[in-house]
Amino acid sequence: VSDEVRAESADGAGAVAVRLRINERDHDLLLEPRTTLLETLRYEIALTGTKDACNHGNCGACTVLIDGRPQYACLRLAVDCADAAIVTIEGLATADRLHPVQQAFIDADALQCGFCTPGQVLSAVALLHADPDPDDAAIDRAMSGNLCRCGAYSHIREAVRRAARIVGG
Amino acid sequence: MAHIRVLRSGVADSPPILDPFDSFVLPPWDAEGDGRTDGAIHAVGRPVPRVEARAKVTGTARYSGDVRLPGQIYAGILRSSVAHGTIAAIDTRAAEALPGVHAVLCHRNAPDIHWHRSRLFDPHLRYVGDEIAAVAAETPRQVEDALAAIRVEYDRLPHVLDALAAESADAPRIYDDGNRADDVARYQRGDVAAGWAQAEVVVDRIFTTQTAMHNCLETHGCTAAWEAGQLTLWESTQGVYEIRDEVAQHLRLPANRVRVITEHMGGGFGSKLTLWKHSLIAALLARATQRPVQLLLNRESENLAAGNRNATWQHVRLGALRDGTLTAIEMTSVAAVGANTVGGESSNVAGLYQRLYRCANVRTEQRAVHTNLGPSCAFRAPGYVEGAFALESAMDALSRELDIDPIALRLTNYTDEDQVRCLPYSAPDGLRHCYERALEAFRSADAPHLRLPRRGLRRGMGVAAHEWGGGGHAPAYAWAKLNRDGTLEVITGTQDIGTGTRTALTQIAAEELGVAVDQVTVRLGDSAAGPFSPVSGGSATLATLGPAVRAAVADLGARLTQAVAVDRNLPADQLIRGYGEIRHAGGSAGPWPLSDLAQSLAPHMLTGEGRRSANPEDCSVRTFGVQIAEVAVNVETGEVTVERVVAAHDCGRVVNPLLVDSQVVGGVVQGLGYALLEQPVVDVESGVPLACNLEEYLIPTIQDVPPIRCAGESAPDLGANAIAAKGIGEPPMIPVAPAVANAIYDAIGVRITDIPITRASVLGALARIGEAP
Repeated sequence: VSDEVRAESADGAGAVAVRLRINERDHDLLLEPRTTLLETLRYEIALTGTKDACNHGNCGACTVLIDGRPQYACLRLAVDCADAAIVTIEGLATADRLHPVQQAFIDADALQCGFCTPGQVLSAVALLHADPDPDDAAIDRAMSGNLCRCGAYSHIREAVRRAARIVGG
Repeated sequence: MAHIRVLRSGVADSPPILDPFDSFVLPPWDAEGDGRTDGAIHAVGRPVPRVEARAKVTGTARYSGDVRLPGQIYAGILRSSVAHGTIAAIDTRAAEALPGVHAVLCHRNAPDIHWHRSRLFDPHLRYVGDEIAAVAAETPRQVEDALAAIRVEYDRLPHVLDALAAESADAPRIYDDGNRADDVARYQRGDVAAGWAQAEVVVDRIFTTQTAMHNCLETHGCTAAWEAGQLTLWESTQGVYEIRDEVAQHLRLPANRVRVITEHMGGGFGSKLTLWKHSLIAALLARATQRPVQLLLNRESENLAAGNRNATWQHVRLGALRDGTLTAIEMTSVAAVGANTVGGESSNVAGLYQRLYRCANVRTEQRAVHTNLGPSCAFRAPGYVEGAFALESAMDALSRELDIDPIALRLTNYTDEDQVRCLPYSAPDGLRHCYERALEAFRSADAPHLRLPRRGLRRGMGVAAHEWGGGGHAPAYAWAKLNRDGTLEVITGTQDIGTGTRTALTQIAAEELGVAVDQVTVRLGDSAAGPFSPVSGGSATLATLGPAVRAAVADLGARLTQAVAVDRNLPADQLIRGYGEIRHAGGSAGPWPLSDLAQSLAPHMLTGEGRRSANPEDCSVRTFGVQIAEVAVNVETGEVTVERVVAAHDCGRVVNPLLVDSQVVGGVVQGLGYALLEQPVVDVESGVPLACNLEEYLIPTIQDVPPIRCAGESAPDLGANAIAAKGIGEPPMIPVAPAVANAIYDAIGVRITDIPITRASVLGALARIGEAP
């Protein structure tokens, strides 16, 4: 990319109008096409619960639900999500009630520094939606795209088991 | 102050305990000594969920990079792409002309600020990742564009990457006065030559450990804002006071004009103990632009330039009698510390060699050498993790040589005293109990080696032990205040780095006042709000702050009793503080609920002040641990599967078993990554690190984690401090690599002396004994 092209895009000259449906609310935004969903969440609408830890699709900290499926927000262009229902960590709990996965993460102490937690929680929510009664291998497979450097994995596994018992009845 | 008496039991002549400046004489929390009316310990020792957990699972916990201020702009750093060289020319004009760009800083226009052995922007570049320039712009994308538009020409210099090579006289000079990073650290006790003369068996090996990268999921970063000449930094740090004082010093500001805030921190592991350049750069850019500036490192920068665990080379010699008694220990280590160090903890590779086993004759020598790679810094039990791999592998080799059970050999050389300080341990049986508990848990749990054998799979088990500090230290301070509704707030200048400090201190405060945990809020992470606390390092935070918090609440409690005594015209020594109330010993008056008392005092407010007293001088407070790992090695593919780990650690009183379990599990997981997965790759020709992301630098995933059994139990160390607790943050990582390596030896019969132990190294080891597939 030449410097001229960089300058033009930095100017925002290429910005396009996008409507994003996030946590059941519509957001009308003017975005450069290169803007990722992660940048949009964090910098355009200040939903900072979605974390940027690698920005390369390697760690899962930015996991959000797009039409119910767990996706790395750093690997999705915002313009590409215009027709989708996006759920971020801020959209999971109601005012007075946590999602069972959130409660299970608290009870099992499935977090330490908490930086990967939003992504872990959303991956677990997606798993239990697809498979309400996962065995440990299924839990490990579904959660393996979310790194935790504090190494809370045993507790994360336990939290997903507990949440499954609640969600699955 | 010291004359105020607080009754902790119904006995009128119970000893005076209240002196915030001598917190150690506070009695233990237990049903017998406590004397509360309900006689129970209600908060300490319970698996209380993390108090900030709700904020963390709902995404509302605010980290430094989540700060959004009016007018906030963003910044980034341009880094050297050469391993060694000088800046021949730099052209920032194109970057400055880009839309949205507010400022560009480089060595030509930035204030000349001293940075360890170089400058903040030093035209002499010493590693790939060294800071060249910084940009502030309206959006993060504009920052990236501007950084890409800066043109740099380099005059290259020859580089050196290997520590042993960097020590030689003709190595490229990273600093004018040579490549030695520090004075050679020498230690000796006894007569080592006599020890060798006595020895009937000698183990003599060289071990190496790799450079390991912290990879905290939250990278280093901060948000800097100036208001009326005062700088506020929302910093991801393990020490708000440390950063405040270092920033003030570097920018020549008075301390009361700098405020550092860390509400939550996304991992540190030692890499955030001290000031890094980005904080100064953000502050300078914020001052130059008159806008709040947020500067977050990206993942690559994090791994290039924000610290790592230094690689080591260790030459180990152990001498022993046939019965296993050690006669001599000798070790020389060379640590490759990268292009600079930033202070904080040093890597004491020799610590374990000096303390873990009873041995009269010990000699160690540690050398630290600069190389043209990124700076090293403390990483969870710095030095001990590296030293444990070599020492405990060598002890395993000795046990094979002598045909003595590895635990029996260790117990033969058991010591109940700190041989460096010549003091008994406060917990002389601490390590012995760890051996016992680890063995018991290992034997009682599901045993993979009893499963049916599979072709090509060989199982083995290995053991390793350690000792470590973690006893805490003075000084540290805390304040307490009782609100009009009877709720309690504790304020201190420490920080919660994800270990659960907030929660544990909340439990201690609740226990001491006799109120429910949810009636207490601990406020921390703000240098402007709470009194001094040291950095969260050395596994010392709980044992340092816990006694200070307890003393502050005890002080408040004493004032409350005094106030009731005056108000009700009763002798203070006839008042008993129980759970949520104060009552009269004779039962003739009260009980008075705490909330009513606080309400009746309002708007007057009761406060308390507490200080951490010095450690005892007649004993040495240390933590201990033993781990046993069981592995399965596939001799056809070289794959090592850790099937289970049993970890028994002595951390004194367990304030919160849930949090201790988290620390143990987390430390073991990091240790497994260090032992088996984590490997930096550097192109030797160019000096360019190639694995500075989480794609190529492999840290454990949930699929790499076997069952980890936490086999320790609460063992209050009453000689240690006023809460009888010690640290657990770092210890669980120390013995993992040698336990795994020893298990691999047990499985395949050949010793691997370099970590990480990869499939290639397993197959290579098998080939050496003629067992290549």
